Amino acid sequence: MTENEMTSNDSTEPTPTTETAASSPDPSGDPLIEQSIDVEGTGDTAGETGEPVIESRDLNVFYGETQALQGIDLAIPEKQVTAMIGPSGCGKSTFLRCINRMNDLIDAARVEGDLYFEGKNVYDADVDPVALRRRIGMVFQHPNPFPKSIYDNVAYGLRIQDQTEDIDEKVETALKRAALWDEVKDQLDKSALDLSGGQQQRLCIARAIAVDPDVILMDEPASALDPIATSKIEDLIEELAEEFTVVIVTHNMQQAARISDKTAVFLTGGELVEFDDTDKIFENPESQRVEDYITGKFG
Amino acid sequence: MSTETPGPDITSRPTGRAARERMYRYVLLLCAAASILVTVSIVVLLARDAITFFTLVNPVDFFTGTEFLISRNVYGLLPLLSGTLLVTVISAVIALPTGVAAAVYLSEYASDQMRSVLKPGLEILAGIPTVVYGIFALVYVTPFLQTIGLPVNTFNILSASIMVGIMIIPMVSSLSEDAMSSVPDSLRQAGYGMGATKFEVTTGVVVPAAASGIFSSFILALSRAIGETMIVVVAAGSRPRMLNFSDPLANLFQGYQPMTAAMVQINSADSVSQLGFTSLFAIGLTLFVITFLLNLLSNRIAARYREEYE
Repeated sequence: MTENEMTSNDSTEPTPTTETAASSPDPSGDPLIEQSIDVEGTGDTAGETGEPVIESRDLNVFYGETQALQGIDLAIPEKQVTAMIGPSGCGKSTFLRCINRMNDLIDAARVEGDLYFEGKNVYDADVDPVALRRRIGMVFQHPNPFPKSIYDNVAYGLRIQDQTEDIDEKVETALKRAALWDEVKDQLDKSALDLSGGQQQRLCIARAIAVDPDVILMDEPASALDPIATSKIEDLIEELAEEFTVVIVTHNMQQAARISDKTAVFLTGGELVEFDDTDKIFENPESQRVEDYITGKFG
Repeated sequence: MSTETPGPDITSRPTGRAARERMYRYVLLLCAAASILVTVSIVVLLARDAITFFTLVNPVDFFTGTEFLISRNVYGLLPLLSGTLLVTVISAVIALPTGVAAAVYLSEYASDQMRSVLKPGLEILAGIPTVVYGIFALVYVTPFLQTIGLPVNTFNILSASIMVGIMIIPMVSSLSEDAMSSVPDSLRQAGYGMGATKFEVTTGVVVPAAASGIFSSFILALSRAIGETMIVVVAAGSRPRMLNFSDPLANLFQGYQPMTAAMVQINSADSVSQLGFTSLFAIGLTLFVITFLLNLLSNRIAARYREEYE
């Protein structure tokens, strides 16, 4: 249904940009915020006015008797970083897992309402979750590389999707985009489990982007990592947003402020309280509850 | 200051507490050591009697001999080894794929309800006395094979091996399922997140990650098949026979006497020479060495995989 978009994605791949950025990583966060705002400002993608790539309408999720999400209306713009923040149990991860239907794997989970991906309701009866997940990659909270070689990890998705033409090249490109190539290029046959936690997480990102999805979902991707590894992941996320739509769940508000263009604030009970530009949310939120949460007076 | 308040009462006094603790320790040690002592004595006695045998029969003749006839004092191991090899290979062909497939189903596909029915079922299979399997092979499997047109003898290695295979399926499936169930769920999630189907996640992620456990289950099951006695005594006949390489398929339909069955026969024979009797220990020692080496191999490979996969 979106063959055209996929091709246009391919043609606008700014691989050189990624490479130069990767070779001179900027450890400080602040300049990168400006950079990402610039990206937004150039308007080379849909931006705020464009059609949202993911849109939920009155989305409710139940785990057994418990309601985890209450009537969520949310439109996620293309090729930007959208952050979901909120306290534990607020439903932010649940929302993320609705997008690629990972909640299907939980027997007790029940989803009501609509969630559109590029205009198609992913909860329609004719949607194959497997096909959906091939367009929407996912990176998890704890690095979960397969107990295989580094190379085989990145090649996994390409192989199951029969994209094995030029597979060496694709693996190399993915590892470069994930800013991991320089560290692993001489040991591609080594077990992925021998890498450090931060490297493993970048490998998981490489694995997710190797198949060139449209969207990358990240579920607290840096929460299990040390500060240096975290900052590398954050740099990487901002670069990824040049090519992919990134949706990231984080419980780290500073992280959301540093790397995201849009922020959705979920509060206890599975309620989406506010969704707006990240600057607006952190500087001048509409809701008093959001302000209390942001400033740590959470009540 | 310290003199005003008496210190806590923590000095050692002759209540016998320490002595009791020491006694517990030695009783437990004795129990742990008992199994080792018994094992060691068995091996030593086995070796001693086997050495007696080998002083009278050249080991080279024993290990390369193609005939086993106690009445004529001919002790060649190869016919017995042929029987053991056939049982092991045929039962492995039956049990390993079936066992792994059953484990995959139980671990990855079955609903909780299905699992609660199937798992006890498999455990019951493991609890059936092997003599029952043997009689089943003789009374039902062999006639069935004849019905479907296979030219099997009344006593044949195929029926016996089929039942040995069925007997070891629970061992393969239960140990393999343990290995697969202990694969972290995060790996499955990663697979599904990549757009893998359930079958792709199972074959491409879960089974490779559980490889060391699955492999251990194979080795244990093979050891069990090699050592299996009652089924082959009842159903495989009592005639030592060499493998016929010119017509491999025909081997399946004939009776064989594997090493274990030969030992039973020697032991229960009415009149057997002293030398004939000690040959039992030479065969027993050989069996022991084979299964010991297999277990050693299993440990080696499991350890090597574990380094990679954990």
